[in-house]
Amino acid sequence: MTEQSTTPIVEMTGISITFPGVKALDGVDFRLLPGEVHALMGENGAGKSTLIKALTGVYGIDSGRIVVGGVEQVFSGPAAAQAAGVSTVYQEVNLTDNLSVAENVMLGHEIRRFGVIDWHATRKAARGYLQALNLDIDPRSSLSSHSLAVQQLVAISRAMVVDARVLILDEPTSSLDADEVARLFDVVRTLRDRGVAILFVSHFLDQIYAISDRLTVLRNGTLVGEYRTEELSRVELVGKMIGRELEVLSELETSSERAVVDWTGTPYLQAIGVGRKGSIEPFDLDIFPGEIVGLAGLLGSGRTELARLLYGADHADSGETRVAGEPVRLRNPRAGLSRSIVFSSESRKTEGIIGDLTVRENIVLGLQAERGWLRRVPSRKADEVVDRYIKALGVRPANPDAIAGNLSGGNQQKVLLARWLATAPKLLILDEPTRGIDVGAKAEIQKLVAELASQGMSVVFISAELDEVLRLSHRIAVLRDRRKVAELVNSQDVTTDVVVDLIASGGTSA
Amino acid sequence: MTGLAQLTRHRLFWPIVALFVLLLASTLKHHTFIEVTIRDGHLYGGPIDILRRSSILLLVALGMTLVIATRGIDLSVGAVMAIAGAVTLSQIADSPDPGSLTTVALAMATGLAVCLVIGVFNGFLVAVLGIQPIIATLVLMTAGRGIAMLITGGQITTVTSAPYKALASGFWLGLPIAALIAGFFFAVVAVVTRRTALGVLIESVGINPVASRLAGVRARTIIWTVYVLCALFACIAGFLQSSNIMAADSNNAGLFIELDAILAVVIGGTSLAGGKFSLTGTLVGVLVITTLTLSITVIGIPVNAVSLFKALVVIVVCLLQSPVVQHKLRARRRKAAPVPVEVPA
Repeated sequence: MTEQSTTPIVEMTGISITFPGVKALDGVDFRLLPGEVHALMGENGAGKSTLIKALTGVYGIDSGRIVVGGVEQVFSGPAAAQAAGVSTVYQEVNLTDNLSVAENVMLGHEIRRFGVIDWHATRKAARGYLQALNLDIDPRSSLSSHSLAVQQLVAISRAMVVDARVLILDEPTSSLDADEVARLFDVVRTLRDRGVAILFVSHFLDQIYAISDRLTVLRNGTLVGEYRTEELSRVELVGKMIGRELEVLSELETSSERAVVDWTGTPYLQAIGVGRKGSIEPFDLDIFPGEIVGLAGLLGSGRTELARLLYGADHADSGETRVAGEPVRLRNPRAGLSRSIVFSSESRKTEGIIGDLTVRENIVLGLQAERGWLRRVPSRKADEVVDRYIKALGVRPANPDAIAGNLSGGNQQKVLLARWLATAPKLLILDEPTRGIDVGAKAEIQKLVAELASQGMSVVFISAELDEVLRLSHRIAVLRDRRKVAELVNSQDVTTDVVVDLIASGGTSA
Repeated sequence: MTGLAQLTRHRLFWPIVALFVLLLASTLKHHTFIEVTIRDGHLYGGPIDILRRSSILLLVALGMTLVIATRGIDLSVGAVMAIAGAVTLSQIADSPDPGSLTTVALAMATGLAVCLVIGVFNGFLVAVLGIQPIIATLVLMTAGRGIAMLITGGQITTVTSAPYKALASGFWLGLPIAALIAGFFFAVVAVVTRRTALGVLIESVGINPVASRLAGVRARTIIWTVYVLCALFACIAGFLQSSNIMAADSNNAGLFIELDAILAVVIGGTSLAGGKFSLTGTLVGVLVITTLTLSITVIGIPVNAVSLFKALVVIVVCLLQSPVVQHKLRARRRKAAPVPVEVPA
């Protein structure tokens, strides 16, 4: 890449955006060159999403200039940005599920003959775009019949149809497995070599180093700097992102000293042959007080399904569940809640946060649900709880009246944690609590989980990142193809390789 | 930003302006319109008339607000009013002593019981069977009037019963009883939703039903409850309406009132997409619609232009409330304001 000789395709200077109570961006400069993969880095709330939304016309800017392809732009909306050649593929795929692949790719650009859509030609064109990305799927198939990874590639094909010069990939890999990521990266490299400027946002440092040429770091809404990826070490990068000494990270490395669990007593929760047809095969699982049980397995292996049965989000159709030795029937979330079991879903937006309610209302919701509608949580108690957890978890902005939907992903996660911790649970089930959030917040959440367990809380911890599962868990249950295939006590000898082997072999070697 | 600009941005600013304009226009036409006088120990005058006439719509809109806040809608309210009138008046008519308070109370209890069943039915379809609210309540919207007709035997049942008549035409402490009843229930709902956690749980379910359920909120029970409440309020509205004409007219009782109620809720700023609701907003919406209907006659709009006039006022109020129009108006005063545009995630 000849950086000096190229003129930027995107040049943003002095961008500021203020939301009620929050200065989201403060005089940020950003440039993107044609034919590069540029990573945008920063913690939650650093302003990455806001910057992207300014570039894609979702937010208007308070001050600053946006120049795309040498022309100064004032975007009136996403359509204007698209017309200027800026396309975005969002974390949650932004396509129409119930239309066909071809319809999705060509939406708004269907080939017409005599005023009506020529479907044959349209599908042919769609196939062409898909094949350009080495995606060999039937354009007539329904989009929802494909995996999220393929949907993401379809979204990229769509960006190519509108002839994007700038392609923004916002957390494209957060729900993909390793093979799918590799496939996506092949596509990204192909596009880069064709001269498309690619802006890439991800929380996976490995991926940043694997794919990006340059990176820009933001912190608290301001620009930290712009670097060539190869010239910046990981430690330096993380240091720039979190802007403080790396104590959190080093703490994390040494936190492998786990509190000892007493496995002789009565488990807090005991699942005996619990299962649900079409969701997860019957399994046994004991969770002792103060124990962290990690669930390992690939996406779709049944981790979430297992967790939902433990909480009562779905009801089991076989087996028996005992809480503190007593048989119980967990028929709905309320039943779980009343047994001091709580479940934090992996889908923060759709199954967690109540977007239009305030941080305060979101935190108190769990407590309120437990008490029923008639007995309102007294406002003094609510204030106290909300205040305590906002402080303890470092929710930013620390404003209980902020609308929860406006918070960044990591802070929404903290609000959810606060909601559950406020109910003083005995069993905390966390499904991907650290997905899509930055290293700093990740470390904080891991530390918190370890602390809670050492105080006697039982925890079920689900994460796609094996490192994380290994670092925290006392015991690890391995799942594959909707079946629990193995269970092992964590020790020095248990490495990611051991677990990966178990997943691959389906537990036969254990 | 100046105080005035902030005021105009309040979502109830334009509806309240419309209300005052209508009152002003009526008063200019008939100077005595706004006067409140005491006659026979009762208050009389335009404003009192508006209150009395608002009571039916307010009751219906009250239930509708709660239903809409849960992302639902109840189209059956008009039919429920007809059924309430039919059940109650038939029982009064069949009784040996239509004028006795006991007869009336018992008949009203029967009416309430029938409407309770209707509300439970609607709630069951929506909350348990998961049928879309607009379809679920369409069932009774169409079938309900048929049921009312069966009850009255296809006749318009008329009765003479002083206690029942008092509901709509009586006065207590100088105020119309109908307005007092509606006001009472308005106050009860306002207190219950805001002093207990019911309000915020309804909003939570309306904003995100799945997340609410996972948070342990009894989403199903709450949805069920609002349909029951909506039917009960429609039932009381049905009492007032049938008391007003002292007849159960199954074909016309509460005809199209669901549309007025939905309109009142929307003018009041509660989104049809569910979530945050405003009872005060609904009250203002109801007053606007009633005043509009009343002032049409006072101002003397020709009968065949009434619908057009009503439509115009509603369109103007809705336009002024629309975020796009508000932004355009504001942009003329203040340049370069950031507008977060909603994009489907």
